[in-house]
Amino acid sequence: MLDSILYAGIDIGSSYTKVVLIDQNNDIQGSNIDFSGIKLHSAAETSLKAALPKNTNLTAVKKIVTTGFGRKIPAINQIPFANITEISCSAKAAQLFYPNKTLTIIDIGGQDTKIISMRNGKRTNFKMNRKCAAGTGTFIEELALKLRIDLGEMNTLASKSTNPEKISSYCTVFAASEVLSRIRKGAKIEDMIYGAFYSIVNRVLEIDTINTDVVLTGGLIAYNPIIADIFKEVLGKSMLLPPSPQLFVALGAALYASQLK
Amino acid sequence: MNTGDLYNLTKSPPIKSTQELRKISTAYFKDLEASSNDPNQKIAWCSSVGPAELLLALGFKVYYPENHTAMLGTSRLANKYIPAAIAQGYSPEICSYLTSDIGAFLHKETPFTKAYGLKEVPKPDVLAFNTNQCRDIQDWFNWYSKKLNIPIIGINSPSFVDDVKENHIHSVVTQLKDMIPVLEKISDQSFEKKKLNHIVNLSFQCSEKWQEVLETAKVAPSPITFWDSCIHMLPAVVLRGSQIAIDYYKMLKEELIERIENNEAAVPNEEFRIYWEGMPIWGKIRSLSEHLCDSQTSVVASTYCSSWIFTDLGSSTNEPFTNMAKAYTKLFINRSESSKEDYLIDKFKTFNIDGVIFHNARTCPNNSNTNYGMPKRLENRQNIPSIVIDADLNDLNVYSEEQTKTKIDAFVEQLAGV
Ligand code: SF4
Repeated sequence: MLDSILYAGIDIGSSYTKVVLIDQNNDIQGSNIDFSGIKLHSAAETSLKAALPKNTNLTAVKKIVTTGFGRKIPAINQIPFANITEISCSAKAAQLFYPNKTLTIIDIGGQDTKIISMRNGKRTNFKMNRKCAAGTGTFIEELALKLRIDLGEMNTLASKSTNPEKISSYCTVFAASEVLSRIRKGAKIEDMIYGAFYSIVNRVLEIDTINTDVVLTGGLIAYNPIIADIFKEVLGKSMLLPPSPQLFVALGAALYASQLK
Repeated sequence: MNTGDLYNLTKSPPIKSTQELRKISTAYFKDLEASSNDPNQKIAWCSSVGPAELLLALGFKVYYPENHTAMLGTSRLANKYIPAAIAQGYSPEICSYLTSDIGAFLHKETPFTKAYGLKEVPKPDVLAFNTNQCRDIQDWFNWYSKKLNIPIIGINSPSFVDDVKENHIHSVVTQLKDMIPVLEKISDQSFEKKKLNHIVNLSFQCSEKWQEVLETAKVAPSPITFWDSCIHMLPAVVLRGSQIAIDYYKMLKEELIERIENNEAAVPNEEFRIYWEGMPIWGKIRSLSEHLCDSQTSVVASTYCSSWIFTDLGSSTNEPFTNMAKAYTKLFINRSESSKEDYLIDKFKTFNIDGVIFHNARTCPNNSNTNYGMPKRLENRQNIPSIVIDADLNDLNVYSEEQTKTKIDAFVEQLAGV
């Protein structure tokens, strides 16, 4: 791998930094996911190094595109770079997996959710959630925190639900209190957590109308496949899930990097 | 807090006429201060699209609280004052002009002190409103009326008007005429129709000249942006009805024409032309104008700045009441959804717009056309893409810089076909 040429996409999200390295054939040669923390530049650099294939050093990386909430960091190791929004990067990755398709990408992130419309492979529109954590990953994180349940357990618990409960509060803070008080009154924890996932889906579907096939991406989807089941139930059709939903945006960024002049 | 230069909030090449703007604004405020200290000179507070001409015709000096609040926003002082009004029982969800203005009054502070050397806002002898913009304006003025024991009068306009009809105009004309005896008593001056006619005519000329200034932006690259217009609209609001405003816009227009002739763009390398629908986010004018300028994106036109184009003030000679009634009732903010849509489509065509930014102002639903499906309907009618920014005119607590800039960047990338 010593002479390889790599292009990096670095998606610096509010919670995690995701890196994808591709070669000249757009094949993935490495990836990494790490906490973003406070120092975004060093998180990006560390993550980039961690994504490198064995026996490869940073000089193999010829171009970088940064994306996500922290995309406007300075250059890493003076490697030529650009920053492009996560919305465009999602669309770029979709063009690779679903060329020339008319579809809708739903990207549920830690602090915001995007709905991106593609017509015949071209991005035509996008919508983002309002300034509120309802319908984003934070909603589940907050709930897990309040319930003192490991975030990784939320999907397993929800999948045991036999009698899903509906959560009526819109606000993340109130919803967590509502879940707690209803559990105290006898509701089953798994039914309430299922209800929380259900509520995310409903909030997301308020952002825009959806009339096409749907691609689900983002960290929340990656760790909680139950969301895809709920979307399927609500929309009445199967969801398209790319191989690594959490790395989807970083892959799009890497594809842009490979085209940087 | 360093509020910076309130006349120079954009990254565009500086407009030379700004020097003159400073001069005439300072003179206007100094005159108000002197009037405030002169027991023989009466001052009327007026809503920004209120019956200013009638007040001027009766000898009042006219002060516009909305100008004060825009300044509270621009200088980012609003959030210091809003809590004081909330504590008085006003919801944080209602007009943040109202809450920041009342809050500043309770704090006994005003940005006029730093900007123009005024000790306080000019004291009113009467408060005159028009509900053509919203109901909050009436509540806002009512607070001062009670607090300072000052008479309040106003026009309750027909609202959400589709076609403006004879009965609408008749109602407003009657209300305007009903104000006269009250105002005569306060000002101790008699009403003269000739004087009103003259002032309405001056306002009309100001409006025409302001329109000509705004329409220089039809040219690509545009010599002026929405951000510049937010500053240069001041005479159209506070000095309409005077020759000073007309002369100022003649001067500004000449400068802009010169820019066009020299191919001098407000946004160097202008690539995209944007329409701004909704109120400005006053505290973010600099940051947003710089951000968009860096993306070669020029916000060339807006509903907001065009709201002081009152074509109907000149609709017939010697009919000042009818002209005023028409002008102040046909206002965009006061109209039905479908009239607004037609208006916007016309603007998009006039200014050759590539995309639209809708500002959904949390505390001013009246000036936010995002809540009843308009952006989507317009996209379907026009195929011009748009985004919605959730923010506010003055309350920056509801504004997310990161999310807003990501939306704008993604929008520009979309326009660029990235
Ligand atoms: S139009 Fe909006 S900003 Fe103006 S006074 Fe009314 S509510 Fe306030």
